[in-house]
Amino acid sequence: MSKVHVTTTINGEPMEFLCEPSDTMLDALRGPLGLTGSKEGCSSGDCGACSITLDDRLICSCLMLAVEAEGHRIGTIEGMAKGEHLHPLQQKFLEEAALQCGICTSGMLVASEALLKKNPDPSEEEVRFWLAGNLCRCTGYDKIVRAVMETAQDMRAQ
Amino acid sequence: MTELRYLAPNTLDEAVGAFAAAGSAARILAGGTDLLVQMRSGALKPGVIVDIKKIPEMTAIEQGADGGFRVGAAASGMALAEHRSFGKVWPGVLEAINLIGSKQVQGRASAGGNLCNGSPAGDSVPALVAAGAIVTVQGPNGRREIKVEDVPTAPGRTSLKPGEIMVSFTLPPRAAGSSDAYLRMIPRTEMDIAVVGVGVNLTLKDGVVTAARVGLGAVAPTVLLVQDAARALIGSKLDDAALAKAAAACSAACRPIDDKRGTIAYRTKVAGVLLRRTAAIAAQRAAQNK
Ligand SMILES: Cc1cc2nc3c(=O)[nH]c(=O)nc-3n(C[C@H](O)[C@H](O)[C@H](O)COP(=O)(O)OP(=O)(O)OC[C@H]3O[C@@H](n4cnc5c(N)ncnc54)[C@H](O)[C@@H]3O)c2cc1C
Ligand code: FES
Ligand code: FES
Repeated sequence: MSKVHVTTTINGEPMEFLCEPSDTMLDALRGPLGLTGSKEGCSSGDCGACSITLDDRLICSCLMLAVEAEGHRIGTIEGMAKGEHLHPLQQKFLEEAALQCGICTSGMLVASEALLKKNPDPSEEEVRFWLAGNLCRCTGYDKIVRAVMETAQDMRAQ
Repeated sequence: MTELRYLAPNTLDEAVGAFAAAGSAARILAGGTDLLVQMRSGALKPGVIVDIKKIPEMTAIEQGADGGFRVGAAASGMALAEHRSFGKVWPGVLEAINLIGSKQVQGRASAGGNLCNGSPAGDSVPALVAAGAIVTVQGPNGRREIKVEDVPTAPGRTSLKPGEIMVSFTLPPRAAGSSDAYLRMIPRTEMDIAVVGVGVNLTLKDGVVTAARVGLGAVAPTVLLVQDAARALIGSKLDDAALAKAAAACSAACRPIDDKRGTIAYRTKVAGVLLRRTAAIAAQRAAQNK
């Protein structure tokens, strides 16, 4: 099999990798790129554990071919903290215990960050609808929704 | 295993050439939210994938001088939601497209993919039928135009000929006193497949319906244009008798399946109920569109 060479930007850094034409972006992230923060829950677009941004738009990396990254900008959970400084959402998820096993967490964080960039003052209903594509089998969602609402409030106050 | 080739041409002519040359082994890639799921599950093993998103016309959303829209077949639901005027002119079409999947799925899923996938439950299709949208397709023998309702022929099948690619949707200019709406019934509140979907597009003058189109989804092998329902509404003030007649026409048009989401009796009844509710929303919006 001949691999394809892909040049892209990940979390602001130029990157190159090799992949099979049938590999998904999630395969590439977790494989050759070694960015294992994005998780694989279903590989069918249902769970959101693989959430990333493509040119700033929220998508499922399991529903994108890795070769499609050529010339585009990818954002993953690894780009969320700035060095040792957690993003306010990450900090709040810890404080509110908005995670248990953690499988859904990176997807929840990436999706929530995309929401707050678009809408800094979402209603609880808007948060719940926005996160409808992120499944969590542990928390019952309440703590996650609360963490997003409180972070939004904190960030607006700054 | 045969090797998969990925092509991402920059022009439509190249795409048509490559797609036609690769024959039945080739698949068009728009947002991939159906295609990649089918490939992952092993249901589909294409030899060539032609990604059409590098062709500007495929993702463009343009409003003409007459107010009509031309929407690229591969424009995503999120791109349509972010467009400054599309949702004001076609609120029903937008709400139908934005019901497809999650925000993540919205970031990629296109109306062209929804239509070409050929599911009888595709959410954008009844709304586009009601809108009177025309699709432009291009193939080895040039361009042609088809009404949206003439695209699906059976579950998973369309009237596109081998080598043809769907290019764009043309939505007509909006008359004053005209608007649209889409409602679907699902067992959950989010992330599910329609049991019934109804799109209604109405024009009213002094409270009287002067034009109407009704699209009905998930209750037959293909999405349907229900002309009897439209005829029952035209000339009426959307009074009870007219709505009852239109609802009965929707129920009569149903040829549904029985499955875990809904029985035949349930789908048939709900088709009528949703027609009434959707028409009421479309009429309310039309009254505001002076
Ligand atoms: C989690 C999840 C939830 C979903 N929920 C819904 C839902 O609620 N309602 C709903 O209707 N659908 C739903 N879908 C299905 C899917 O997202 C939609 O059908 C979507 O509109 C497909 O668009 P796409 O651009 O991703 O298509 P793709 O997957 O790229 O293509 C779909 C098919 O059409 C062909 N095709 C695409 N574009 C063209 C073109 N321009 N010319 C010729 N052929 C073409 C492809 O070859 C493929 O066979 C869901 C999918 C997922 C994964
Ligand atoms: S792994 Fe991508 S949505 Fe579940
Ligand atoms: S914390 Fe376990 S799935 Fe969400």
